Amino acid sequence: MSSDIVIDAAVAPATSPAIARGSSRRRRIKPAKLAQDALGIVVALAWIFPVYWMVLSALTPNARLRQMPPSFLPTNATFANFRRAVTDPGFLPALKMSLSITLITVFVVLVLAFLAALAISRFRFRGRKAFVLAILMIQMLPAEGLFIAQYKMLSNVGESVTVLGLNSVLGVTILYSAAVIPFTIWMLRGFVAGVPVELEEAAMVDGLSRPMAFLRITFPLLAPGLVASGVYAFLQAWNEFTIALVALPEQSARTLPLWLREFLNASVNRGVDWAQVMAASTIIALPVIIFFLIVQGRMTSGLVSGAVKG
Amino acid sequence: MSLAPTPTRRKRHLTPYLLLLGPVLLLAAGLGYPLFWQAVTSLQEYGLAQQFGQPPTFAGLDNYARIFAENSVWAVVARSLIFCFVNALLTVAIGLAFALLMCAVHGPIRIAIQIALLLAWAMPMVAAVTVFRWLFDYRTGIVNWLLTSIGLTGFERFAWLSQPLTFFVVATAVIVWMSVPFVALSLYAGLTQVPDEVLEASEIDGASRFQQLRHILLPMVRPVLSIVLLLQLIWDLRVFAQIRILQDAGAPVAETNLLGNFIYELGMGRHDFGSASAVSLFVLALTILISWPYVRVLLKEDQ
Repeated sequence: MSSDIVIDAAVAPATSPAIARGSSRRRRIKPAKLAQDALGIVVALAWIFPVYWMVLSALTPNARLRQMPPSFLPTNATFANFRRAVTDPGFLPALKMSLSITLITVFVVLVLAFLAALAISRFRFRGRKAFVLAILMIQMLPAEGLFIAQYKMLSNVGESVTVLGLNSVLGVTILYSAAVIPFTIWMLRGFVAGVPVELEEAAMVDGLSRPMAFLRITFPLLAPGLVASGVYAFLQAWNEFTIALVALPEQSARTLPLWLREFLNASVNRGVDWAQVMAASTIIALPVIIFFLIVQGRMTSGLVSGAVKG
Repeated sequence: MSLAPTPTRRKRHLTPYLLLLGPVLLLAAGLGYPLFWQAVTSLQEYGLAQQFGQPPTFAGLDNYARIFAENSVWAVVARSLIFCFVNALLTVAIGLAFALLMCAVHGPIRIAIQIALLLAWAMPMVAAVTVFRWLFDYRTGIVNWLLTSIGLTGFERFAWLSQPLTFFVVATAVIVWMSVPFVALSLYAGLTQVPDEVLEASEIDGASRFQQLRHILLPMVRPVLSIVLLLQLIWDLRVFAQIRILQDAGAPVAETNLLGNFIYELGMGRHDFGSASAVSLFVLALTILISWPYVRVLLKEDQ
């Protein structure tokens, strides 16, 4: 689960100076260039189409969706589908569940990942290398290779401690936090290492204690890293499906992704009400897309950064 | 700091361990214990009887022997590996093509491509699969309508998801659509690092566009290329949820299961936790094997 969505700072600049310069210098209208532009437009339209189609269908009455040929532009748009999706009895409980799990996960991950990042980037100690190696390996472990064991663990624990068992917010939160934290430690490590220790030491010379120096000098400089890690944890927990599927079997404990799946399947036999289902998909996707677009430029992945910088 | 008196020094020796206490406990609870349980259970007879309270019995490597003697598991393994390689290669090939295209087009069109890629990238997985089920809906889906209206009447009411081969075409479409943005944008970032002067010099020397690609651009982005390929292989090996949600549309489950789905069925369906654990460990071992080169690259970065 840890790396489905990865955000890369290198992606942010829309035009690299080198490329922009190069293309303007060669700007004579050549047929080859025009063909490339045309291909570029086709590619952009093709890739955006599923998202467009989702939103368009969500705004269209279902009766219209069943007519052929389909309409490619919003004519008589309606919000009725959204209204019906959010008034589904399962929606609000799922929203509440998703929000609780996501927010607690973000909090736990931020605090613990920050401590760990501090330890591995500011201290040299025995076992440091082993720890770094361990989080890098763990980061690669797929939930799909562990989820049955995680299910059994929660179901066993739940027999004596219900708040940590299946269908509990805390139980899933522990699994999510453990899945997300290796990557966030790795991400924050880069940010902590980027703040020179000399700044802190200068503050200590001026009479601050080490913890105070850290709090007053280094911590504010880490804010972008914490935001990036927090958003990463948020997106992972908000979108997660596999662990939720096994750990939250009860109807009342579903998260939004599970709700969407059942919302779709509920009507599968009598012809899906796609307008409603697309409205539900849009509701789940929209906050994520907005969040993602706002912050993606400010986030670093560490995933390919080393390779990009060469 | 070398002047620090001994007590502070002792304290500083302890600090990193105290800082790591919380994270290590979390990892032990969320991943370590399940991993340990899985390793133990894979060596035990742990089925329905144990669900009802009988203590599990030690069975040695019986689970492994039994499950890997079945042809069905090898069919799933082969299917997963083929699916993984096809998807990863397709994703990287298309991503590379997009990255090169982004370098070639004019500014506004490049931005349009980038926005399209970011939108696809940001889509939550469950929403994306749901949308693709709608696109490929047999009755009123846009894909069937499009194919029928260009004369391929065989696609009138064609149920993509009810045959294994076309099922995997749809699954590949979703996964490639979702994965290309990361590859394309990473490679594009890599390509913009190639100095303009190098390309211009080669142009003066009479290199064709293809020669530039073959001898300058590709060698320079090779490090990024190999990393994104590796990551795609790892991610595409663990595909589970997409398949699961597509199967809901009425697909033949046994013929469309990948490894994750097979484990899910063993564990949650048949309550054969011994075998499920054995297959899970096999998947973990496979993942570690594939990801080792990548972890080594990251480790180097740590120094």
